[in-house]
Amino acid sequence: MCGILFGTCLSSSLHGLLLNIMEDETTKRKKPRSRQRWLTGGIPMFSRSVMYRRTAKYLKKKPIVKKEKKAVERFVVKEVGGEKNGGTRKVPLQKQPRYYPTQEGRRKLKGHRKPFSEHKRRLRPSITPGTVLILLAGVNRGRRVIFLKQLGTGLLLVTGPMKVNGIPMRRVNQRYVIATSTKLDISSVKIPGKLDDAYFKRKKLRTGKRSKNIFDDKKETYEVSDERRADQKSLDAQIIPLVKKEHLLAKYLQNPFSLRTRQYPHKMIF
Amino acid sequence: MPDAEVKILPNFTRFVQVGRVAYIAVGRHRGKLCVIVDIIDQTRALIDGPLSGVRRHAMRLKWLHLTDFVIKISPSARAKTVKKAWQEANIDEKWQSTTWCKKLEAKKRKEAMTDFDRFKLMIAKKKRNAIVEKELTKLKKAAAKAK
Repeated sequence: MCGILFGTCLSSSLHGLLLNIMEDETTKRKKPRSRQRWLTGGIPMFSRSVMYRRTAKYLKKKPIVKKEKKAVERFVVKEVGGEKNGGTRKVPLQKQPRYYPTQEGRRKLKGHRKPFSEHKRRLRPSITPGTVLILLAGVNRGRRVIFLKQLGTGLLLVTGPMKVNGIPMRRVNQRYVIATSTKLDISSVKIPGKLDDAYFKRKKLRTGKRSKNIFDDKKETYEVSDERRADQKSLDAQIIPLVKKEHLLAKYLQNPFSLRTRQYPHKMIF
Repeated sequence: MPDAEVKILPNFTRFVQVGRVAYIAVGRHRGKLCVIVDIIDQTRALIDGPLSGVRRHAMRLKWLHLTDFVIKISPSARAKTVKKAWQEANIDEKWQSTTWCKKLEAKKRKEAMTDFDRFKLMIAKKKRNAIVEKELTKLKKAAAKAK
């Protein structure tokens, strides 16, 4: 109420001032002064209609230009064959979508969440190339192997070596491994670059082709490729001499690890 | 004092007395040697270990395991005096040569063994036992023959 009265009192005096300002285009204010006043609590003093007058919006009216709407062709009349069919059909040019997805677009991973391929790979500081590891899970649980390097997916590339304990070069998860403090110096060993995740990826045995009689089908078993054998041999040829240098290391790798009575892993130094 | 007590308590040889070298078994200073400098009461003693890195303070008698060694100091002797008496008595060397000390060190070494060390130990034990077995069977045979 007070605000409106105040506004009407001033508007007439301001009007003249405004016109002067409008005419004089050379004088430009550095900071546009708001004609609104704010009361405590963020409440504006002048109402919308009062502000219309105060800011002289009646002078700033732009003429409304009406856009001419082009008549959009929505239908096409097509001829249709067949008796008693009406002869023609109105075919819409813009068809309605065949499918409306329940979700708008693909859900993007929010902010910091990355796909697996972009994950940060961590390696325990106790695991360095040449470390003897004790495998804790899988077919070779309890066996001791030599760590070679960490692959792109974060898995560890290990080898028996094959001739020593029968464990081939293999991928192993860091989490299912105990790193011992026994380390072999394999700085002279060159691990071929082709030994990566793609090389070790499991191949699907069932190709999908099945004969009519399922009993005739041979059981598809995994067979070691000649390439794999050759790579194993060449890799182990580099490592085995280093193993043999260390006293009892070959025997150590041959023997599996096990816990005995009164042996507590949390109290043991590996 | 101890001499008199020996008559009263003939089975006791190690007494809580001024100058008694003790092994600290409990607490922050466990594993270190110290000297009982004074007795506070039934449960506590004032101990000091200037050469073992134990500052003079009161300690529970239960935390102390008494050794056979006694050094000649008077009650509440200062650290300098204790140090001198300790060195003169050659306590460190005497302690190292005791079975007690050797056992403790062996235990430490065992705990510090790595997996490879444990394996090597297993092999060594196997070899030793094989030799012992061999000799034993030889002796048994000889004894059986003698009969």
